[in-house]
Amino acid sequence: MADVHSEPFVINLGPQHPSTHGVFRMRLTLDGERVLDMDMTVGYLHRSTEKLAEERTYIQNIPFTDRMDYLSAMTNNLAYCLAAEKLLGIEAPERAQYLRVIMSELQRLANHAMAIGAFANDCGAWQTPLMYMFREREKILDLFEMTCGARLTTNYVRIGGVSFDVPPEFVPAMTALLAEMPRRIEEYASLLTENEILLARARDVGVLSAADAIDCAVSGPMLRASGVAWDLRKAEPYCVYDRMDFDIPIGVNGDCYDRMVVRLEEMRQSVRILEQALAQMPQGPVKINVPLAVRPPVGEAYARVESPKGELGFYLVSDGGPTPYRFKIRSPSYINLTPLKQMMVGHNVADAVIILGSIDIVLGEVDR
Amino acid sequence: MTLLAAWYDIRDLSNAVTHLLEWVGDWGPSWLVYVLSAVIGGAAIFGFAAAGALINSWIERRAIGRFQARLGPNRVGPFGLLQPFADVLKLMLKEPLFPRLLERWLFVLAPIVVFIPAVMVFGVFPFGPGMTFVDLNVGVVYVLAISSLGVIAVFMAGWSSANKFSLISAMRVVAMLVSYEVPMVLALLGVVVFAGTMSLSGIVVWQQQYHVWIIVLQPLAAAIYLIAGTTELNRTPTDIAEAESELVAGYHTEYSGMRFALFYAVELVNALAVSAVAASLFLGGWWLFGLDRWLPGWLIFIGKVYAVYGLLIWLRGTLPRLRIDQLLAFAWKFLLPLAMANVIVTAFEVVIWVEYDLSAGVVLPLFAIVNVALAAVLIGGWAKLMSYRFERLPKRALLVHDIAVPATSTPMSTEQV
Repeated sequence: MADVHSEPFVINLGPQHPSTHGVFRMRLTLDGERVLDMDMTVGYLHRSTEKLAEERTYIQNIPFTDRMDYLSAMTNNLAYCLAAEKLLGIEAPERAQYLRVIMSELQRLANHAMAIGAFANDCGAWQTPLMYMFREREKILDLFEMTCGARLTTNYVRIGGVSFDVPPEFVPAMTALLAEMPRRIEEYASLLTENEILLARARDVGVLSAADAIDCAVSGPMLRASGVAWDLRKAEPYCVYDRMDFDIPIGVNGDCYDRMVVRLEEMRQSVRILEQALAQMPQGPVKINVPLAVRPPVGEAYARVESPKGELGFYLVSDGGPTPYRFKIRSPSYINLTPLKQMMVGHNVADAVIILGSIDIVLGEVDR
Repeated sequence: MTLLAAWYDIRDLSNAVTHLLEWVGDWGPSWLVYVLSAVIGGAAIFGFAAAGALINSWIERRAIGRFQARLGPNRVGPFGLLQPFADVLKLMLKEPLFPRLLERWLFVLAPIVVFIPAVMVFGVFPFGPGMTFVDLNVGVVYVLAISSLGVIAVFMAGWSSANKFSLISAMRVVAMLVSYEVPMVLALLGVVVFAGTMSLSGIVVWQQQYHVWIIVLQPLAAAIYLIAGTTELNRTPTDIAEAESELVAGYHTEYSGMRFALFYAVELVNALAVSAVAASLFLGGWWLFGLDRWLPGWLIFIGKVYAVYGLLIWLRGTLPRLRIDQLLAFAWKFLLPLAMANVIVTAFEVVIWVEYDLSAGVVLPLFAIVNVALAAVLIGGWAKLMSYRFERLPKRALLVHDIAVPATSTPMSTEQV
């Protein structure tokens, strides 16, 4: 067989492809099925959010953050509003802080449901886990809808609080959901984690060591799956996370399978946080009044939250005017893509797809 | 056969045809009888396959919908029953697209080449006692040969599309089907050795004669056949040829309109064919413990076919997909040794049975126990061996309550600058 002439060939996975989660493009150089090289191209969804935001007032900028990571709009709103509040030197009322925690954790449940479902889909599970996850995600989106009228692009958190208090029917609906959720999570776990085929597919695929993960500035479930115990909710508690009792799941091997089980475990922990937050939530106002065209003092502020995908940070510079002088976003999806090539080279095409799926990117956030 | 039943006796649908042919034979030339029987039989087989494709597409989508906690198609007609017709109408009205670079002849020919063998397989299935279009004495070989013809068409489609995804898919299909053909043949060999005939209706009659389903005597062969059969169908645990999340739609990425519909229909028809082989070889075909005296044989047969098909749908709704190298390794390292062990054990059993001239009533229960135990041990042991490497790592994330936070970072010191 020595004289068989073969040469690598190139395929373009994306921008239109069923499993690139949007308009992401990977240029794979293949030897048969094995990936020799990978180039990624981002920017197909670039909307110039950072520049646009410089032309709009601080409050007008909140809806832009919805459209970055459209699967977890609540945490995006929160991160931006925290940065703006830091700049203004104000703090939201206590009830609003609890509502922010509740919404963040509900959003984390919804996002992880989607992430695990889409990952299973990439593994070829033909929609079944995804549809199961959608069943619970629908209920969470219903909660969002009854609170602020929107399901995905919520635009709920405001500078100095949240836009509305929750309606009276919110608490019973959420209690019912929380009662149901642990059983559902165990159902997903039994469907996915014990599955031999999924183990064979995801174990030891796309391994990222702890040192590499830190070097690449990876954050979120991906970092924790590599065995690094780091979570901004613990390391730098914002809102009222310091009053909550919860654990941080970490993986042992840093492969795609670990990323999935870490997300599953985070869903369990989110349910714990939600139960505590609901029990502790005080009465009171949910918003302090901030003028529509608020002019923060000259200065800069950086605020970061643990979004479902990782560390989401907003860096705002004010020149004293009604619009930010600089509006910089540190988006986890984009930075988590850094070690993609390193994880992918040497694996098969089929693995390339699930490695990308295990990162859990949203292109709206990658390209901004 | 002594006396023909009345032509309207629905227990055997071939009665009417037989009456018609005899009547024609009474006055007409003999070639007319041959031509008529070929035309009627062919039409019946084709009709069964086509109706099967339509009905299966409805059943499959509804069942998968229920598996996925949703409803499935329910808008067109009662319970969405007219959905397949709406689909066909829509596909017929679609424009066939021809990308510029493709090999036109192969591209056009491939859907036809894939469709014909899929229908031809149905010619040998025993739908009921005497209800076989062609009762070949080498029926098992015929089924294997014809069903493996489809791979040529799939390769034609993948190659001629001038699409890299299709090409990868075509390479995968060839590797996969060639690999799985071997354990499949060996699995069916065990059945043939037991029954002593290769005719499908002969095997059904053998099961009726000894009052046993071969699945009890050959559990290992049944499992291997089901796995290998599923693989040949390109269905989810092994749909690496289509692999929606990797290769878009695999070898039929570039097809549209009715050409695509033919590929789609062939998958459903093949699922029916594999279920039919499993039903007649392992589940006793039209024979059901004496109940076949009251129920028409073809109804029992179709019931069994759809029972197996239900299992296939269940698998599709549950399992993720294997990778190509894992799939090939599974065929060569797992299924092939099991199939060989099965053939050897079966051959020994048959030799003992024949040499010592034992009575079937004594031997068959004994063989059944031995084979079921053997299958359980081999499959369980092999599965243990294969899952060994997954047991070293925990399947749940570790929990950390408090994390170490480094001291607040100081502004950059002068040395660093």
